[in-house]
Amino acid sequence: MLYRENGQFKSSYAADQQIFPIVQDRWAILGIVAFAFAAVPLLANEYLLSAILVPFLILALAALGVNLLVGYCGQITLGAGAFMAVGAYAAYNFFIRVDGMPLLAALLLGGLTAAAVGIVFGVPSLRVRGLYLAVATLAAQFLADWAFLRIKWFTNDSPSGSVSVANLHVLGWKIDSPVDRYLLCLAVLVVFALLAKNMVRSAIGRQWMAIRDMDVAAEVIGIRPMFAKLSAFAVSSFIVGVAGALWGFIHLSSWEPAAFSVDRSFQLLFMVIIGGMGSIMGSFFGAAFIVVLPIFLNQFLPWLGGLVGLAVSTATVSHAEFMIFGVLIVFFLIVEPHGLARLWSIGKEKLRLWPFPH
Amino acid sequence: MRIRKLALATSMAVLGLSTVLTAPAALAQAKEQFFPVLSYRTGAYGPNGAPWANGYVDYLKYINAKGGINGVKISFEECEFGYATDRGVECYERLKSKHGGGTAVHPLSTGVTFALTEKVPVDKIPLVTAGYGRSESQNGAVFTWNFPLLGTYWMAADVLIQHIGKKEGGLDKLKGKKIALVYHDSPYGKEPIALLQERARMHGFEVMLLPVAHPGVEQKATWLQIRQNRPDYVLLWGWGVMNSTSIKEAQATGYPREKMYGVWWSGAEPDVKDVGDGAKGYNALAKQHGAEPNAKIVKDIQATLHAKGQGTGPKEEVGQVLYMRGMIAAMLTVEGVKKAQERYGKGKWMSGEQVRWGLENLNLDQKTLDGLGFAGVMRPVQTSCLDHMGSAWARIHTWNGSKWEFTSDWYQADEKVIRPMVMLASGRYAEEKKITPRTPEQCKQ
Repeated sequence: MLYRENGQFKSSYAADQQIFPIVQDRWAILGIVAFAFAAVPLLANEYLLSAILVPFLILALAALGVNLLVGYCGQITLGAGAFMAVGAYAAYNFFIRVDGMPLLAALLLGGLTAAAVGIVFGVPSLRVRGLYLAVATLAAQFLADWAFLRIKWFTNDSPSGSVSVANLHVLGWKIDSPVDRYLLCLAVLVVFALLAKNMVRSAIGRQWMAIRDMDVAAEVIGIRPMFAKLSAFAVSSFIVGVAGALWGFIHLSSWEPAAFSVDRSFQLLFMVIIGGMGSIMGSFFGAAFIVVLPIFLNQFLPWLGGLVGLAVSTATVSHAEFMIFGVLIVFFLIVEPHGLARLWSIGKEKLRLWPFPH
Repeated sequence: MRIRKLALATSMAVLGLSTVLTAPAALAQAKEQFFPVLSYRTGAYGPNGAPWANGYVDYLKYINAKGGINGVKISFEECEFGYATDRGVECYERLKSKHGGGTAVHPLSTGVTFALTEKVPVDKIPLVTAGYGRSESQNGAVFTWNFPLLGTYWMAADVLIQHIGKKEGGLDKLKGKKIALVYHDSPYGKEPIALLQERARMHGFEVMLLPVAHPGVEQKATWLQIRQNRPDYVLLWGWGVMNSTSIKEAQATGYPREKMYGVWWSGAEPDVKDVGDGAKGYNALAKQHGAEPNAKIVKDIQATLHAKGQGTGPKEEVGQVLYMRGMIAAMLTVEGVKKAQERYGKGKWMSGEQVRWGLENLNLDQKTLDGLGFAGVMRPVQTSCLDHMGSAWARIHTWNGSKWEFTSDWYQADEKVIRPMVMLASGRYAEEKKITPRTPEQCKQ
């Protein structure tokens, strides 16, 4: 009833082509962003901010980057963890080796380095596709694991191979409390999400999608596969690299290569698949599902057990968490193979007709 | 229809989440000393993490059964993190401010220790890493909040080299020998390298570094290298399934187990039990205690908790190596609280800052330890601002096929070797982090 577009007439191309053509959507998104910026820092406690929201925001950013490559350009990658690692370690080296390097510049340079590495590892995509490409990108993962464990220079000769950063500032703003960390991550995420959304609506995004849907046909109509694929790798790795740098700098502040292991690559790919391939919104859903759900189950199950007077041991909870999580993944993929984002848009379609469905 | 149900389920879940997340901070009763317990009973390291957690929790229960810390009851909550660094940090964040704030936190993971080192000074909770953690944190002037009580990896490696030197008939006899380090490829496994290289430079032996990737079940290539190079000794720096795999591989390669020395993380029952006779002769460092089924405190816990069915974990486990380690970790923290109470008021609740002072001024002489039931288990511990470790003594125990037996005298790690390394590394850390080390005057406060 409320969600209906009757009477919203578009009289210009600009109005017709905007990101959220429906007024209600526009206001809802604006409201959510305003809520996230203004209300969440006031309402959320420290635990919620630093243990749930910050990881969620950073991994949503990483999933967004992976989605551009996997969902929009159709190039499966298992090297996302590696690009995160490259971003984090490059940013770290820029940050400590260059005197007076601003934090934001270090993060962006980390992203650029990741983009360069991404292009190199994107070269095989010109020859191989699908699962073979996935295996080829896995090489990036192993190389990164090896390099950051073995080459001492990258970790500034730290004896244990663990690096850490401190005294973070952005334009005189000291990134210290969980609220600061949250706001910085949120700001970066909003900017990148907006850029990504516009990019996939522009010429380059359409090229990616053409390559994804049928690369031979795309080539016939004049799209250069090399440019399209490599640019997808570059943009995706850039975003993933920035996310990696944020993960190291803002979330962990002291990390080792294990933080970006192959598990992370799989996790990101699953976020994209569960959230919805080829959907910006899907990256957020996927990240929420993978990051928040296990923690939620971990706390919800003992609480549920307490309700019926059952003391659940932490080990049982942990096992149950894995099982329920697995079942939910299967459930959602059966209900909607195109991911949670598709479920969301079906919901919106139904809402338009409600309460008088056909 | 389906959509509606889904929407209903989602909103229920969100509702549940919000209740769960806002539930803490509920009713505030008489102040209890709250111990956050980060544990891992599942995953690749679960078999080793569980006995540690059982020992830790049992000791807290035991203190409660005896009336608390000078009357202050202990409360605790466990959080399972499966040895994953990010989940460990999440657990810490979840528990740190409950019930007025945590007393002290034991991460039992070097990765989590590194991550929390940056966080605890802000939250004002002591980070106790009894026998592990970062070696340079021994210098309490820089690492105000870290307490690697009873030893670090540098100290462990030092004692092992001393022992090997003694077996060879003097440290000078190590010249030209080859010592391999088979290590878990993580900050934990890499910690001893710096000390081994320093010792190698002093005595002229050669160090072979053989990393093993997490979780450590794939070691064929590593042991092939050992077969080819035939090192005189193998030091094992593993954890969880990696340990038993190493010993099995040594058996398969025909490498004598008598020449293998594990750090304390590689010297407990779960590591050798499955290998049984194949592990006979395998040695490990005992950071003070080994398996102590006959200690008075073990008997007490059996009688107070396990006999009444209030114990944590299986009864047979009480007194095993890792169980003891958890128990001693808890004991040291409780003693830290007691010490703090001496200064800030007996029978009162102690804040993290006060407990920190207590841990820094810990002074457990043999009489106190005997009184606590730890006679024969450990030696006196005395900490200070410059020495957050408190004791550098250790001994070696050997698996005889059915149980761990002590096979060496006590060794003390060489201060002359370790101290300069600690000062250098902690100085570098202070410089990087722009920390001004505390002066002796500031330490007294």
